[in-house]
Amino acid sequence: MQEGLGINDRLRQIEVASAAQLAPDHNGCGSSGGSGKSSCGSGAGAGDLAPEIWEKVKNHPCYSEEAHHHYARMHVAVAPACNIQCNYCNRKYDCANESRPGVVSEKLTPEQAAKKVVAVASAIPQMTVLGIAGPGDPLANPEKTFRTFELIAAQAPDIKLCLSTNGLALPDHVDTIADFNVDHVTLTINMVDPDIGAAIYPWIYFGNKRHRGREAARLLSERQLLGLEMLTERGILCKVNSVMIPGINDQHLIEVNRAVKSRGAFLHNIMPLISAPEHGTVFGLNGQRGPSAQELKALQDACAGEMNMMRHCRQCRADAVGLLGEDRSAEFTTEKVMAMELDYDGASRQAYQAEVERKREAQGAARREAIAELAGHHSELQLLIAVATKGGGRINEHFGHASEFQIYEVGVAGAKFVGHRRVDLYCQGGFGEDDALASTLRAINDCTAVFASKIGGCPKDMLREAGIEPVDAYAHEYIERSVLAYFKDYLGRIERGELVHRPKGDATLRQGAFIAA
Amino acid sequence: MSYKIVASQCTGCSACEPVCPNVAIYEKDGIFVINPKKCTECIGYFDEAQCEAVCPVDATCVIDTAQPRYQARV
Repeated sequence: MQEGLGINDRLRQIEVASAAQLAPDHNGCGSSGGSGKSSCGSGAGAGDLAPEIWEKVKNHPCYSEEAHHHYARMHVAVAPACNIQCNYCNRKYDCANESRPGVVSEKLTPEQAAKKVVAVASAIPQMTVLGIAGPGDPLANPEKTFRTFELIAAQAPDIKLCLSTNGLALPDHVDTIADFNVDHVTLTINMVDPDIGAAIYPWIYFGNKRHRGREAARLLSERQLLGLEMLTERGILCKVNSVMIPGINDQHLIEVNRAVKSRGAFLHNIMPLISAPEHGTVFGLNGQRGPSAQELKALQDACAGEMNMMRHCRQCRADAVGLLGEDRSAEFTTEKVMAMELDYDGASRQAYQAEVERKREAQGAARREAIAELAGHHSELQLLIAVATKGGGRINEHFGHASEFQIYEVGVAGAKFVGHRRVDLYCQGGFGEDDALASTLRAINDCTAVFASKIGGCPKDMLREAGIEPVDAYAHEYIERSVLAYFKDYLGRIERGELVHRPKGDATLRQGAFIAA
Repeated sequence: MSYKIVASQCTGCSACEPVCPNVAIYEKDGIFVINPKKCTECIGYFDEAQCEAVCPVDATCVIDTAQPRYQARV
C-alpha cells in the first residue's frame, strides 16, 4: 500500500489525483438520473443539499462522498467508558462495527490527543476534521471529550469538531455540544421498536441503574430520538449510523430511516453487521450473519428515496488517521508525537484547501459536460462495475494490488458510486494466489466487469470464467467517463447481437474492520 | 466489606471510576482498583452497586469475600 511513501510523496500523489478527477456527473450515490435524492449527501455537489448544509459538509470526508477524495479526518481515542452493551461489541476486543479500538489500542489523555491533532494537522493539510468516537462512548466520558475539544479549539481553530455517540447521554449534553461549536454529530440508531432493540442491546446503564431487555431498549430509543430532535433544533448536523443485522432489524431500518428523517437527520449510513466468532461478541458467537452485498444495497436503495444515504463508509477504526480507507496512525504514535516540535501553520493549510476548492469547481463543470454525451440513449439496463483505484477518480490500481474495489452502477442516466468491497490482496510479490483470487471473485460476483490499470493473464481467464469481464483498456483514465464509455460499447454489442446480457448474482462482503495492511 | 475488581478481567475502560459514590475507585497500571476502606457496596446510595451495573465485562466487579460484608451504621 502506501507505507513506502513519505508525506510529501503522498501529498503530491493526492494533488495529482485530485487534478485529474474529471468525471461525468454522478448524482451522489443513491439517485437515479436527475430525479432521486443523492445518497451521499454531496456526491454531485451543492445542488443536492441546502446551501447551509453543503457549506458545512463539503470538506468533511465522512459526510461527503466527494470530499473523502480530498480531505482527511482523524479520530482520537480519549473516551474509553461506555454506558450501553451491544450484542455486536465485546469491549475486550476491537469492535469491527463501530470504529472501536479495543483495550489493546492506545488510550490518550486530552492533552496527548490535542498535541497529536496539531501534529497531524501540521503534516497533513487536508486534515480538516477531528472526531471523537470512542473507544467507548464520548458522552459517557464527557469531561475527557469536552476537555479535548477545548484544547483543540484553542490551538487549531480551523479544525471542525465532531463526535459519534449511541445517544443515551445525548440530551444531557446538547447545550455543551452547541457551546463547543461541534457542528456534526453521528448517532447510532439501530431500532425504534423496543422489541427489536431487546435483541440488539442486552443492557444499558442509565439513572444509576442497569436496565435490561425491552425496558432498556425503550429508554435508549427515547433518549436517542429526543437527542436527535434537540440537536437539529439547534442547527447541529446529524448523521445516523445503523448496523444492518439480517433477521433482526433489516426490514425495520426502513422505519428507522423514516423516524430519523422526520426528526431532521440529514444523512443515513446503513452499515453491514461485521460478525465472526473471533470477535467474541454475542452475534459472533451465536452465528448471526451479516448481510450480503446485494441485501445491503437493496436496503440502501429502499431508503434512498426517503433521504440522503451514505455509501462510502469504510467502518474504519476510532483511532484512524488519514483519508477514508487509509490509516497513517503508525506515523503518529504518542511516542513520536510527544517528541515532535510543532509549529501550527494555518496559512499553508488554507492555501492547500483553496487549491482543492478550485479543482473541485473545475471537476463539476467537466461532469455536466460529460453527462450530456449519453443523451439520446434509451435502455433500462443497469450494470455494476468494480474499479481498482488508488483514489482521485482514476483507474490507477493494478488488479492484484487492490485491497478494495469501488463499485459503480452505470446506466443511461449516468454512473454513480454505490459502495466499495474490501478484498484480500491476492498478488503478493508478483504471483497470484488462487484462494485469495477466489475470495475477490466472490466479493465482486455481482459486477459485469472489473476495471484496473493492469490485469494479469491468469486472473483474466478466471474472471471471464466467473462471468466478469476484465478491462484494463482504460488504464489511468477517469473512472466515470470510462465506465460510461464501456456501457455505451456494451449496449452496442447487445444491439449487434455479439453479446447477450446475463443478470449477475449476489456478492460477499468481507468480514473484519478496515485496518491498513 | 467491599467490592473488588478482578484484575484479569478489567479492560481499563474507566466507566466505574466516576460512578462510584464513595470515590473508592482509582487507576493503577492501566486498570482500576477499589479501595476496600472506602467501598460501602453502594449501601445508603443506590439499590445496586454502581461499578457492577456499569462494568462491560460480567463477573468483574464482585463482592470481595475476603472482606466482611459492609454494615451500614445506624
